[in-house]
Amino acid sequence: MSTTLPHPDLGVQTNYLTADYGWKSWLFTTDHKRIALLYLFSITAFFFVGGAFAVMMRINLLSPNGVFAHDTYNKLFTMHGVIMVFFFLVPSIPATLGNFLIPPMIGARDLAFPRINLLSWYIYIAGGVLALSAIVRGGVDTGWTFYAPFSSTYSNTHVILAAMGVFVAGFSSILTGLNFIITIHTMRAPGMYWSRLPLFVWGHYATALIQVLATPVLAITLFLLGLERVLHTGIFDPNLGGDPVLFQHLFWFYSHPAVYIMILPGMAVMSELIACFSRKAIFGYGFVAFSSVAIAVLGFLVWGHHLFVAGQSMYASMVFSFISFLVAVPSAIKVFNWTATMYQGSISYETPMLYAFGFIGLFTIGGLTGLFLATMAIDVHVTDTYFVIAHFHYVMVGGMVMAYLGGIHFWFPKISGRLYPESWAKFAALVIFVGFNLTFFPQFILGYLGMPRRYATYAEEFHVLNVMSTAGASILGFGYLIPMIYLAWAWRYGPKSPQNPWHAKGLEWEQSPTPPPTFNFIEPPIVTEPAYNYAGSDKEASLG
Amino acid sequence: MAESDVALQRPSELRHHFDDVVQQREASTLGMWAFLATEVLFFGGMFCAYTIYRSAYHGAFESTSQFMNVTIGGINTGVLICSSLTMALAVRAAQLGQKKPLIWLLILTLVLGGVFLGLKGVEYHEKYVEHHVPGPGFRYAEAQYAHQAELLFFLYFAMTGLHALHMIVGAGLITTLIVMAARNRFSAGWYTPVDMIGLYWHFVDIVWIFLFPLLYLIGHTK
Amino acid sequence: MSHPVVPIKVYVAVFLALITLTVTTVGVSKLELGEFNFVAAMTIAVVKAMLVVLFFMHVKQASTMTKLFVVAGFFWMAILFVFTLSDYFSRGWLPGGKWW
Repeated sequence: MSTTLPHPDLGVQTNYLTADYGWKSWLFTTDHKRIALLYLFSITAFFFVGGAFAVMMRINLLSPNGVFAHDTYNKLFTMHGVIMVFFFLVPSIPATLGNFLIPPMIGARDLAFPRINLLSWYIYIAGGVLALSAIVRGGVDTGWTFYAPFSSTYSNTHVILAAMGVFVAGFSSILTGLNFIITIHTMRAPGMYWSRLPLFVWGHYATALIQVLATPVLAITLFLLGLERVLHTGIFDPNLGGDPVLFQHLFWFYSHPAVYIMILPGMAVMSELIACFSRKAIFGYGFVAFSSVAIAVLGFLVWGHHLFVAGQSMYASMVFSFISFLVAVPSAIKVFNWTATMYQGSISYETPMLYAFGFIGLFTIGGLTGLFLATMAIDVHVTDTYFVIAHFHYVMVGGMVMAYLGGIHFWFPKISGRLYPESWAKFAALVIFVGFNLTFFPQFILGYLGMPRRYATYAEEFHVLNVMSTAGASILGFGYLIPMIYLAWAWRYGPKSPQNPWHAKGLEWEQSPTPPPTFNFIEPPIVTEPAYNYAGSDKEASLG
Repeated sequence: MAESDVALQRPSELRHHFDDVVQQREASTLGMWAFLATEVLFFGGMFCAYTIYRSAYHGAFESTSQFMNVTIGGINTGVLICSSLTMALAVRAAQLGQKKPLIWLLILTLVLGGVFLGLKGVEYHEKYVEHHVPGPGFRYAEAQYAHQAELLFFLYFAMTGLHALHMIVGAGLITTLIVMAARNRFSAGWYTPVDMIGLYWHFVDIVWIFLFPLLYLIGHTK
Repeated sequence: MSHPVVPIKVYVAVFLALITLTVTTVGVSKLELGEFNFVAAMTIAVVKAMLVVLFFMHVKQASTMTKLFVVAGFFWMAILFVFTLSDYFSRGWLPGGKWW
């Protein structure tokens, strides 16, 4: 029997949404679930800002004549990247679904440091305000990668303001990661051994490791960049004896692991969705858990593959290339294990599962094209072309954003206490899938044919494919709007959700009310079964 | 075993989401070390940049090393080590619930930190007078090393400046501890902030333990 | 209790060791030992840091997980160093690689 008391607040009458009212109860909350919603709201807002820049870019690329001045175009792709990477994708799943679900999934009442959790949101907002000021005051044109010496010496845009915004937002990421690591280490309920943790938690643990260990190096890089921009001492300027490649080393030491921050949480969601909608335990649980950590660790050893043509030594490049091949292995293991999970499972096609199918296909394409890029001989030809852009949009949008939407739909009943309209959701998922592929598949071809990235214009021979891509983008944009509308509608007017509409396993579904009370549980949970024990309680899934 | 048999005394320092003080303390300690790990990587980036440039420009580095004030650097190292001792003793006093020694040791740590910053200021002033502060006012006697020397001095100021900034933050945190201790907030049962800020202070000392030989001692032309 | 109370004399002993090592490192730096100057200085610095970590920061008495966290931070910094320096170190192996 647990030695903890049921806390007086653990009544059934109120849930975390109704426990208190008023703006102060939201802005000064320490409840991880409310903080998750604060993040959800702000992250969605930034998605729109980043998306608006994408729309403008695609409009410009409808024809080689363009619409915007070339300098303006440079600002558009820079701000699109900065907002989408640092203010949307990096926080997305961890700060919303991770914040909301990790405590109930491990049987805890809150994260280890609730006030630091709230602080991380305020820091994120502060960083966002700085980034938005850079936009409002005229933008930045260096690319989201801030390469020196252009960013340090030659650019006439608001580099320092944007860099400060990213610097500040980085601390939000560090604090979130720190909170997750400590929570998962110290606050698991009795019986919740590491080997029983949902893979969602394992994935976020691996992500948190990266957030804590990589982000500080970005911070010092931007700090040095800012000082260089002011003092011009030459740390990254070849004219003054500095090395621009040093900037790239320091920048990518963070930014490569950062791309794993931008996929591991998606994979974490995937395991939950596939297990539930196949009514089966994840095949090879241990392998999937280990792969999450392996991706996080190996991801720190490959950053030089962004420097293949930058002047890095051939020998270092070979090492980075080889390890980049290695890091594909755990990702592949996960895809194989998800597929094996579905084999002889009892599959149903609710919206979250549709997003999961999308993820598997699109992430696989994105991941495989990553291997092409890791191959130096190919990279020399396709680096800095649209091939790279297609690759990372396949993994980040076709992968991560799909998983994000799948997760939002899956846990929407848990978070809101209501059900979303399934037909509209399925329709939106299909529109998004079609729109996405029409936008980005032509970009693989464009890149292979030689169209450079970050160019406001292009040769006439690329015209048709660009038109296709822009057409796809408009479909994709429309597709993203649909869930915004019906989810907002369902939040207020959707039918009330039962306790466990998906009959999913997991403490958050089985032992935490829907929606949860402030401290997540009525009775402190004690865990006695492994994760994904679908066969244990359901009618026999496949062999009966 | 009925609920009423379970200890009903939840200590006031025990936050609601923790089960017991042991769990809370382990979480605090791990949390602070995770934060210190981020600080290692933060400073590490600059140490990396510094290592590359001093290897590449060893001629300029040897030339600039004569301007590093080993005396002040050495005294400052001693001062910080003393402050680490007083901090460790302060944490021990907190652990034993000894309020007066705790406060005095914290004040002593603060004073030693102030001495360090004062001596740093003297050093920086020296550099300023010699026109070795990077920026428009920079001048270097050996013209062939001018650019490289400015780069190396930039790294010197960036690294020691960031370290000094961390010390100033630490001084602020220690001041907060002194106020809290004076108001009887700590006891032998709960003194976590003293423990945690102690860890932070020791870490700042460790950064200096590496900065001192790297910047002041190695490569000196004697 | 998080850890047993450390006797004052342990702290003082560590303090004296740190001061001694500081004096040593200054002394050694005045000798002409070529490359070994760097090795000696860094070794002494590592020993000093370990004394602070193990005794002043109580890691010697801490849980295994704490020890792992401590090592992880330094290990990750080592990754940054080793891989970045390996690039610069190997630049000269092919013509035109070094700019310095």
